[in-house]
Order: sequence, then C-alpha cells, then structure tokens
Amino acid sequence: MKTAEERWLYTISSKKKLIDFNFKEIWRYRDLLFLFVKRDIITLYKQTILGPLWYLIQPLFTSLIFTLIFNNLADIPTGNGVPNFLFNLAGITAWNYFKECLVGTSDTFKKNENIFGKVYFPRVIMPMSVVVSNLLKFGIQLLVLTGLYIYYVYFSPITYTIAPGLNIVSFPLFVVLMALLGLGLGMIVSSMTTKYRDLTFLVQFGVQLLMYGSAVMYPMSYFRDKLPNYYWLIEWNPIAIIVESFRVIILGDGSLDINKTIYAIIISCMIFLLGLVIFNKTEKSFIDTI
Amino acid sequence: MSSDIILKVENLGKQYRLGLVGTGTISHDINRWWSRIRGKEDPYLKVGEANVRSEKGNSEYVWAIKNINFEVKRGEVLGIIGKNGAGKSTLLKILSKVTSPTEGLVKTNGRIASLLEVGTGFHPEMTGRENIYLNGAILGMTKSEINKKIDEIIDFSGCLRYIDTPVKRYSSGMRVRLAFAVAAFLEPDILVVDEVLAVGDAEFQKKAIGKMQDISTSDGRTVLFVSHNMESMARLCERGILLNHGKIEYTGKINDVIDYYLSNNLEFRSIFTEDDLEENCFVKSVALTNKKGESTSNFKFNDTIFLSFEVLKKEEDNKDYNLSLAIVNPNNVVILSSSFSDANDFNIDKGLNTFTVDISGNMLNKGDYKVRLFFYSNTDRKTIQRIDCLNFKVNEIGFYKNAQVRRALIIPKLNWVKV
Repeated sequence: MKTAEERWLYTISSKKKLIDFNFKEIWRYRDLLFLFVKRDIITLYKQTILGPLWYLIQPLFTSLIFTLIFNNLADIPTGNGVPNFLFNLAGITAWNYFKECLVGTSDTFKKNENIFGKVYFPRVIMPMSVVVSNLLKFGIQLLVLTGLYIYYVYFSPITYTIAPGLNIVSFPLFVVLMALLGLGLGMIVSSMTTKYRDLTFLVQFGVQLLMYGSAVMYPMSYFRDKLPNYYWLIEWNPIAIIVESFRVIILGDGSLDINKTIYAIIISCMIFLLGLVIFNKTEKSFIDTI
Repeated sequence: MSSDIILKVENLGKQYRLGLVGTGTISHDINRWWSRIRGKEDPYLKVGEANVRSEKGNSEYVWAIKNINFEVKRGEVLGIIGKNGAGKSTLLKILSKVTSPTEGLVKTNGRIASLLEVGTGFHPEMTGRENIYLNGAILGMTKSEINKKIDEIIDFSGCLRYIDTPVKRYSSGMRVRLAFAVAAFLEPDILVVDEVLAVGDAEFQKKAIGKMQDISTSDGRTVLFVSHNMESMARLCERGILLNHGKIEYTGKINDVIDYYLSNNLEFRSIFTEDDLEENCFVKSVALTNKKGESTSNFKFNDTIFLSFEVLKKEEDNKDYNLSLAIVNPNNVVILSSSFSDANDFNIDKGLNTFTVDISGNMLNKGDYKVRLFFYSNTDRKTIQRIDCLNFKVNEIGFYKNAQVRRALIIPKLNWVKV
C-alpha cells in the first residue's frame, strides 16, 4: 500500500539500525555545538581568582614534578640534547588532551541526564563539544610549550640541539588521532555507564594507570631496553604511540615509525566508529535505564 | 483529506521495567540477546501489565502506554488529558524523540519541537542573553534565526533590564518567563507542550496562552498540549484524548473529553476499616457524588456537591455522637463547617447508618478543597476521628459572568433586588 499520502518526512520506531547517523541533522545543530563550547569556556573558571591561568599552572607543575621524580631522582634519560622539562611538558600536553577528551566525554549521559530527558537534539553534539573546547585548552598549553621551547633554544645557558623536523606537518594528524581515541573511548564508557555504573570507577583510576603505560614520562626505547618482556604492552598501545610520535615531531629527536603510525590511525578510527555505534544505540533509550 | 495529517501514531507502546536496575539486569540482558540470536522475539515483551499505579502487580514489567493510535491534522491543537501516571509524559517523550518506543510507529510530516518543562539547559552563570542563544539552539534554532528574533524574545519575556545579568540572580518566575519566551518563538511544525503554563503569574499565563493560540490559529502550526488545567485546555484545544492506564480511553471534542474525565476521575471515596481504629462506633466511609449520584471529585462551579457518610455502630452503647465536616482550602483555611446536629438530632442506630449532606453550587470559588471529617463522642468527650479524608476540586466551568476576577473564598449567588 504505497500511495502518495503515505509519504512521511520521518518516522520514529523501535527499530534500531546499526549505523543510523544523520549527518545532515548534526550539521543543522552546528551552532549548538559552538554555543556549548562557549558555555564550557566562559563558565569553567567563573569565580576563580587565577581564571584561565589554571590552564597553564597544571601542566607546568606536573612537568616540574615529573622532572624532579623521574629524571633527577630516577634518572630516566630523555634522549640526546633534549631538556628534561621540555620532554615532560610535551608528553603531558599531548596526554592531557587525550585524557580530558576521555574523562570529559565519559560521563556525557549521566551529566546531561536532565537536559537529555527533556529535549531532543543529536546527543553526539555533547561529547563533540567537549572535544572542541578541550582543543582550545590544548592550544593554550601548546603556546606555553612553544614559549618554553624558544627559551631553551635561544636563551638557555646550555645549548640544546632540538628543532622540529619536516615531519611537523603530520602534527594535525596526531591531534585528530588523540581526539578520535579520547572521544571514541569516552563514548563507549558513557554508553556503558548508563546501565552499569561500575565503569565510572574504572575510568577514575584506569586513566591514571594508563598514563604510566603511555610513554608520557619516559621514551619508548628506554622501556624496551629496561623491560623487554613487557614492551609489547607499550609498543601496541595506540596512545603511547601517539604521545611518542607527538614528542618526536616536536622535539625532532628520532624518527616517526610509519607502520606504528598507520596502526594507531586504524585503531583510533575503529575505536571512534565503535564508540559512535554504541553511543548511537544507547541514546535512544538510555533515559529509561540511567 | 489524509494529506492534511501531519502526525500519525500507530500501535505505539512503551514498556518499562520496575524496581531497581541491579544484578538482575545483566541476566535479563543476556536472555534477551540470546533469544534475538536464535531469531525469537524478546521474552520480556510478552509479559507486562497495564500500568495501574496504586495496585500491586505480579510482573516486573509494565506498559506505560500500549496500543496508542491517533492522527493529528495540520494546524490542530490536540489536548491530552489524564491522571498522574496515565502515560501522558511518556507519550510526549516518545513524540519528542527523548526516548524510543518499545513497539509501534510515529510518522510525521514536520519538525517536532518540545517544550517539556521550560528552563532546562539554562546555565546559571551565563547572562540572560547568552542563555537565550543556548536555549534556542538546544530547542533547534540556528544562531541566525535567534539573531532575527532576539529583540522580540526579550520583549516578550519582559526581562529587558536583567538581560545582561547572570541567570542565577533571576527569580524563578523570571527564569520561566525567559524560557517560555525562547520557546514561544520557535518555529516547528509541531509543538509539544507539557505543563508549562502552571508557573508564572496571572499576567504571564494569559500572555502565554494567547501566544499559544496565535501559534495554532494564525501560523497554522500544530500543537500537542498536556495540562491538568481544564480551563486552559478548553480554551486552547479543539480535540482531546483521554489517557487512562496507558490506553486511550476516550477521544473526541475537547469539551466532551473534559466532561468525561471530570466525571470519572480521582478518588471520591475514603474508607476506614475497623483495623484502623478500635472503636465501637466510627465513620466507615465518606464519598463524594454529583447530583446524578455518580461518584466524582471534580465539580463544576454550579454543581451541588453531595457527601455521604457511612457510620458503623457495632454495639448499642447509648452514647451521644456528633458528626461534622469542614471544607478546608490548601492554605488550611476552614471555609465552612457544618454538623449533623445543626439540622436534627439524629440517632445512630446499631449497624450501618448513612447520612448525606449537600453543599450547594454557585458558592465555593474555583480551587482545590479538602473534606475534613470530625467525629466526636459527646458522652466521652473524646475525638474518635479527625481526618482530612477527601480532596475535591471546583473548576471554572459554570461560572457566572465576571466570576473570574473574584478573589473571595466563597462567591455565593446572593439575592439582589431592585426596590
């Protein structure tokens, strides 16, 4: 019975398609994305004295502590002619972006339960806005990194031989990979937590543990030399590959491993797509179980 | 002309699981998944009972709504009426895509926007103006659409002076005004409105209802409206649907639906058992009826309210009792009181005695009232029962001219004579 009057703009049903992604709709809501970003930024440090300075304080102090503990105390080498502090700061800047994306998106459903329960808009706008607003934060931290970089190269009493190589052009690629990986994992976790809250606790300490396995405060080669039996854990960890590559292209120390980079791209895209599918499946009925 | 139909709901149903999401959840999930793999239907869809809130059920699963079928034409204002828990909000949530149905289909030919409780998505730290943009975008407007309407929105909200102040400094009424103003300038084909007009002062409510009428009449947009306020329902809607226990019980012209609802609704009988009080003589039940003898607790202004009391005396005890009642408003002001000894010296005989009293219409102003029962033993000087046993409502239907504006608690029809 397909008559002319049976033509509908869209239907709502219980059927769940595996991939049911309406890009046109997301595009229509793009203004919402930017308004959420704006909201995140202007409200984050309201009623604080130091305000956006907190963006800088946190990575600087973490790097300082890392340098004291891991380099001065534990004597982890940071490569030829690379200042320890800069090494740590670069690692932390990259790691932080991934971490903020993951943690910020992993409670999407729970945090926005109230608004999701009242109005419909493409839910994926929410985690996407987290990724974009973290990008700004990442940008500010990158500026600090650049500032210190210039200091070490031109004004430091010791001469360092650091300079970004040609492979700096792949920099945006790694930023996108970090975002995809963080967003993908975050969406998976946020979908699972609507039913099983256990994952919230897993994320809380899991992220901390993951940092130690992600080559943030040591170069991968050092780990291979010291603990060759466990090296596979780090070697095939996509975020470790990304952090290491990020440092390589910024500090110009070593060269990019093309195979591992391709591997990281594939894994990141797969996790992102998986996250999207799961998120999409969850958004239809999570309000009943949360 | 079926091409005029903008929304069609077919066999819609939504099942909920009661109780806590806990250890049982994962086993049910696995069971479900296993039967899907084998190509069988969901084992838990077969179970489930109609949604009767006050009764104890046997199944963990209930159908919040089931077998809902209706059509809405373009430009029509459809009212959805029902008790608490009848499934109104579930229906609206499905229509506005907040949750998906368990079975059935909704087909539409237009954009649906919902106005479920205004003010969600307001960020207290941001100014009124920033929140207009954010809220508008959440409801589906683009930035340029809002830019075009921002002045109108601010004007409609009446919050011009505070528009660049953070919303956390607003009074709750101002927040509602601002939120409704944003929503009122949405331009969806179908607008879903749930109980938003209950807030705000009288002036704003009037403005809001007027705006809703504009939306449907002059702009030709479709509105689905849920409210417990029968008066605004009657003014706004043409057609109505009455939901009861998740099913459509009645559908038709709005006034017929309201009548049906008012005469079949709420608790109109209160029963006390011997277990509650160990007395030889006590009031066993109190009931409210209208003049046709039908049980109800919703009265038109000009209806006479009948109350009947059943008094049980187990053994003859030759004691003197007094039965009285008070009508109390929500502020606990006793509006009238009356005792059966005012009229007569009644005897309470052994067994069941029934007393009735009527409160004439054209007297109690619109509003909610409580019936306070007072049963007293004069011989023992002892209060046996003093309890607010029933609630009833007097609505504006049947008001005489200009009664709207009267503030008095009682507005009786007095005998005016020109001499």
